[in-house]
Amino acid sequence: MFELTVISPVLLWTAIAIYAASFVAFAFDLARRSQVSADAQTVREAELVGVGGRGGAALPASGTGLVADAPRRFVMARIGTSLMVLGFLFHFAATLTRGIHAGRVPWANLYEFAMIGTLLILAVYLVVLTRIDLRYLGTFVTGLVVVLLGLSATNFYVDVTPLMDPLKSIWLVIHVFVASLGTAFFALAFALSLLQLLQSRREHRLADGAEKTGPGFLRTLPASDRLESMAYRFAIIGFILWTFTLIAGAIWAQDAWGRYWGFDVKETWTFVIWVIYAGYIHARATRGWRGNPSAWLSIVGFTAVMFNFTIVNVFFKGLHAYSGLS
Amino acid sequence: MSSSRSEINENKDAVSHDSSDPLRPSDHVDGDDSVTQPRLGVVGWLRWGWRQLTSMRTALILLLVLAIAAIPGSIFPQRMADPNGVTQWERDNPDLFPVLDALKLFDVYLSPWFSAIYLLLFTSLVGCVIPRIKHHAKALQARPPRTPARLKRLADFRAVERATTDAATDAAATIDIAQKQLKALGYRVERYDSGRTFSVSAERGYWRETGNLVFHIALVGVLITVGVGGGFAYTGQRVLVEGETFANTLLDYDSMNRGRFVGDGALTPYSMRLDSFDVTYQPFGEPGSGQAGDFSANVTVGENGQERSGAVKVNHPLDVAGDKIYLLGNGYAPTITVRNADGDVVYKNSVPFLPQDNNLTSLGVIKVTDGMPEQLGLLGFFYPTTGVLESGAFFSAYGDLTNPTLTLDVYQGDLGIDEGTPRSVYVLDTTGMTKLTGRTTDVESIELTPGETADLPNGLGTVTFEDESPEGAADASQSVKRFASLQIHHDASSVWVLVFALLALGGLMLALFVPRRRVWVKAQAQGDAVALEYAGLARGEDPTLGAAVDDLVAGHARLLDAAGITTAVEPDADAAPDEVAVPEEAAVHDAEAGAAPDSAADPEEPGPSASDTPKVD
Ligand code: HEM
Repeated sequence: MFELTVISPVLLWTAIAIYAASFVAFAFDLARRSQVSADAQTVREAELVGVGGRGGAALPASGTGLVADAPRRFVMARIGTSLMVLGFLFHFAATLTRGIHAGRVPWANLYEFAMIGTLLILAVYLVVLTRIDLRYLGTFVTGLVVVLLGLSATNFYVDVTPLMDPLKSIWLVIHVFVASLGTAFFALAFALSLLQLLQSRREHRLADGAEKTGPGFLRTLPASDRLESMAYRFAIIGFILWTFTLIAGAIWAQDAWGRYWGFDVKETWTFVIWVIYAGYIHARATRGWRGNPSAWLSIVGFTAVMFNFTIVNVFFKGLHAYSGLS
Repeated sequence: MSSSRSEINENKDAVSHDSSDPLRPSDHVDGDDSVTQPRLGVVGWLRWGWRQLTSMRTALILLLVLAIAAIPGSIFPQRMADPNGVTQWERDNPDLFPVLDALKLFDVYLSPWFSAIYLLLFTSLVGCVIPRIKHHAKALQARPPRTPARLKRLADFRAVERATTDAATDAAATIDIAQKQLKALGYRVERYDSGRTFSVSAERGYWRETGNLVFHIALVGVLITVGVGGGFAYTGQRVLVEGETFANTLLDYDSMNRGRFVGDGALTPYSMRLDSFDVTYQPFGEPGSGQAGDFSANVTVGENGQERSGAVKVNHPLDVAGDKIYLLGNGYAPTITVRNADGDVVYKNSVPFLPQDNNLTSLGVIKVTDGMPEQLGLLGFFYPTTGVLESGAFFSAYGDLTNPTLTLDVYQGDLGIDEGTPRSVYVLDTTGMTKLTGRTTDVESIELTPGETADLPNGLGTVTFEDESPEGAADASQSVKRFASLQIHHDASSVWVLVFALLALGGLMLALFVPRRRVWVKAQAQGDAVALEYAGLARGEDPTLGAAVDDLVAGHARLLDAAGITTAVEPDADAAPDEVAVPEEAAVHDAEAGAAPDSAADPEEPGPSASDTPKVD
């Protein structure tokens, strides 16, 4: 068993390093997007007038020099994605060895929550990548994962210890896993909502004929309402998983603590997050709240998720004392 | 994008009398735009107020207010979850406490303001849902709307021409086939033929609105079952020392909370004896050393004159007569005997000591009320595995019984229990008492190991720490009895809460994932060709509408080919929107790009305000 206690952290730190490299590659990709779109601006401006605007297209539709340029343009994104996959494999191996070492699911303390949570963010992202080109989120995803994993591995690391009695339950497997999966979807929705706000600002400036329209890479991204509808799709999947988490948590609390709901700190925050996202879904259907205001709700919602995961776990006192830190 | 498509409805004439669209609150994005002036007079204002309350915007704002209002309860300790935390907070902030307490910040979830928010929200919810139920019931019986005159103007439009020798007959036949095809795809279909134009109108996704309504109603169900169920629920606590028996009567509980409808005779008579309490510890030197686990309170339950054994464990409550019995805590209960100067036993009991840390340093109180010249109070600390700090103070190094020590300080005077005010058995109020041993006195605290007896000061008598080990025990591991703190909980409504919660989850999935859409297929005989038109219209979020229309077109062509009705001709390059031809990855961006807000507005596209939602009243 001695080896496993060493192997898992080593694998994890390797993964973090690879993710950091992937982050750099994705950052270069964004910079390159700005560059390319700046080069192409003159060409495209002429085109915009003619075609009536294809401003949001990632791949220009018809034959300008840009099409030939496209493969070169995405080299950095390709490298970033490949590194991310490589990092994911190490990360997965680290999580797996941790689980084998512990002889249980590897999500029973804060260090492990971070490990599985970020793993799921990447898994969801990589699966989605096979269907939709979201590589412009690469910097966000790798950045978030490096920060969360790095912080947890340095501050939250704990040795494998036997589970406390309340955690010995099938609900540990289900409830925590689904919560982490929901978080992964919320994270992607958050990133898209953020971009949506930037994009919408750019669109307004364009409409006003402003010179400066914000970061250049935005020009290569989908239009804001397209970003909004993608954010929404991630958010509703996250919301359903979160609803399930809430119910599963209540069932577990009934068994472990003798009541299904008691407004324990963690329960309260889970509820608050659920209500915020319910608000978000309503906002998307309410006149005057669609667009930017609803995007803010998605951003607030994910901020609450992160708050719940970090601050509430570490600093708030409650029954959910399972961070493993003392 | 698809959503903005859903707002499009240029076929106002064609479908304005259609009532199959779900009724939405007036400010819903798909909703009615008309501004209603409140009529003067009380009734008018009431109606106006009701409309405001049941509007989407109000619901949204109440939701956000609810989220914010729930937060203070996580910052301040709550009486319902952490009463000791509240006491502690009061001690730390004596000035601020009364103010915040008056604002109910320590009872947030029972406070009038929190209740007001969720009650308003649920009133709004009910007011919103009831008309929608009526409306949806009608929609479920309605036929799909008439085919719009100009399908071309819909965003998801495809046109195909097929060659034929008998255009008039084949035009009708193609629609017959489309009708069957759509029906097989789960659409509700209706034919609208006139002259040489044949069309089928189809609609699907009624489950979306059904799911939405089920979800919202189920939330009301959750609220009501929680509220009503609480009135019939009871929760009691009881500490049981090994060997003790408990009878399920109101008198035998240490504390009891019961709902307002729980009568005195509501408790089922049964008894429960704690035979033994199991616990294991992580051995020294291993990760998590000293951590206790695998708790099990082994009990014998007596019910209807029969006895059976069972175990109460964390995560595994024991079911007895519809009650659920939970293990809340555990600890040591040293057995202590006090004798007076004459050698008479004036006190003998196994006293539960409350654990103070993970290694079970425990604190307990012994109250000797009779048989002594004055009442005696003993304040005790118990260390299951005793260690000594450099200062000479004791601590417990491990939770298990390795070398237990009990220390006692003696107080003499008035215990204050005769005044009728309830006193906790775990607290010694020393105000009316004199300290006889320990710090600040000349006499050292009493220290005992199991089996030892010590003299009380001033010749008052003796105190014995009984050794409970069975005959011939080799070590101290069974020298002190343990206790289990049990919670007996009865709540028949919880299963209904769960049922409603799961209904809500199911409804939610339908409401969010079932696409609600209308599709039309129209055929016109034109010389020796049949001109086919396909169009789709989303009702609400529907990201896959475009693909669905494409599939419909392709499937229809296959069916026509198979049936030998008309023959395909090269598609007219202009008629097919570019979406059809764009490969998957690019389509994702490209399909949307055409309608990007910074593009020149499409003159064909009406604003989102147009709507075919019928008026509410
Ligand atoms: C306890 C309060 C409420 C909660 C937690 C809640 C939650 C939700 C959720 C999660 C959805 C998304 C599912 C769906 O689209 O069907 C939704 C949709 C909806 N809710 Fe509520 N709701 C609440 C109160 C209300 C109220 C008071 C109204 C009416 C004013 C309302 C009207 C609607 C409507 C019209 C939709 C459909 C939105 C769409 O078309 O996308 N809800 N609600």
